Amino acid sequence: MILLHTTGRILRQLRHDRRTVAMLVAVPTLLLTLLYFMYDSQPGVFDHIALIMLGVFPFIIMFLITSIAMLRERTTGTLERLLTTPLRKTDLLFGYGLAFGVAAAVQAGFATALAYLLLDLDTAGAAGYVVLIAVANAVLGMALGLLASAFAKTEFQAVQFMPVLAVPQLLLCGLFVPRELMAGWLQAISDVLPLTYAVEALQEVGAHAEPTGTMWRDFGIVAGAVVVALVAAAGTLRRRTP
Amino acid sequence: MTSAIEVADLVVHRGARPVLHGLSCTIPEGSVTGLLGPSGSGKTTLMRAIVGVQVVRSGTVTVLGRPAGDAKLRKEIGYLTQAPSVYADLTVRENARYFAALYGLGQSEADAAVRDVGLAEAASQLVGNLSGGQRSRASLACAIVSKPKVLILDEPTVGQDPVLRDELWAQFRELAQRGSTLVVSSHVMDEANRCDRLLLIREGALIADDTPAAVKASAGTDDLDQAFLTLIRRQGGGVPAPRATGEASEVPS
Repeated sequence: MILLHTTGRILRQLRHDRRTVAMLVAVPTLLLTLLYFMYDSQPGVFDHIALIMLGVFPFIIMFLITSIAMLRERTTGTLERLLTTPLRKTDLLFGYGLAFGVAAAVQAGFATALAYLLLDLDTAGAAGYVVLIAVANAVLGMALGLLASAFAKTEFQAVQFMPVLAVPQLLLCGLFVPRELMAGWLQAISDVLPLTYAVEALQEVGAHAEPTGTMWRDFGIVAGAVVVALVAAAGTLRRRTP
Repeated sequence: MTSAIEVADLVVHRGARPVLHGLSCTIPEGSVTGLLGPSGSGKTTLMRAIVGVQVVRSGTVTVLGRPAGDAKLRKEIGYLTQAPSVYADLTVRENARYFAALYGLGQSEADAAVRDVGLAEAASQLVGNLSGGQRSRASLACAIVSKPKVLILDEPTVGQDPVLRDELWAQFRELAQRGSTLVVSSHVMDEANRCDRLLLIREGALIADDTPAAVKASAGTDDLDQAFLTLIRRQGGGVPAPRATGEASEVPS
């Protein structure tokens, strides 16, 4: 019950911030539209890039929002207060997971609908799987954001963890250079970054009509990375501080 | 009278600096205890140790027969931090309802707490839009919403006008009459007179632990301010000078 109340509280905070809600929905759709016109003359390229972007936007945006939200909990003293109440650490972490999962589903729903209906995105697999993977990515971004916030003392530091944790994953996930063409050591790094698997899963949806074993395996790896990040984040929540 | 809180030989260091050195005291159940002392004397640190959020070096703190910070105590203890710790992007009512929900309580209890701190009119305003005094009362509502057996209030009346202060103290008294144990830190001496007992702290050590009347009697004055100064001088410390670390040392890092 405390978990659901915490989810509700986080969503209510989000709801009071109308501009953030508007941007959550509008920014990915605007960027996708931009991509559509950029690749207007190169058929097929938009399909490839837009599909990956549908998974990457929620990852980056939820990472940023969560790391700031959690940093606020720490700096305003609400975290310390929450930890003096009967709330369990998992109530808080999964509360964030559920709340931002819901927000991500709305965001991915809009972006995917736009991409398929107006921008003629074409994939062999169903759009529902794209939304599913996008939400998993959002939750991954959220979990990494929760973890990163523990190492930031200020908002300035928190936002800079985005380039530290998210950009290398983006560069090495196969979007810019196909993984097969990377140097061996870069591939090895790419192999241990969760976003690599999220992108591969999306590419599987793009290429196959039915969900493949590789897609489900990749989905499982992303989910596993979420659990690892949440457990690590739980370790950073201290009831006693110096 | 049984004791609700027992502190024995408590030593706390924050960073390299010793904040409390071997402090011991006993706080009786159903009482209002005032915690007084200059900035940086260790009031907040002692309160944090009682709540169980402070890493302590040695000594013990026992609350309702359990070690401070014990999981079973989390339902029984309410803590108001010095800086208001509520969500600025929620309304007063939403804050109170969320904290009520953490204790398994419903909306009626939450709304009652909002009324009790005199924020009924402002209940649907965002906390971020409130004045400093209102914000700290919103935070207080979230601390008293569960009617906890032990209530630790760090400067609950700072920035409140005299009428509100009077009303808040009437409520603290009522909570104590219902059996709650309150520890209230304050800088205002006329509030100290309303307490059942006073703990005077200076530089991390207890210099008085008695009723307000007895503190005044032992200092040979009718004025608590004066009594405090007399007791400090008697300790051989002279009037406490503001230290370099000053206010900052009181804010939990």
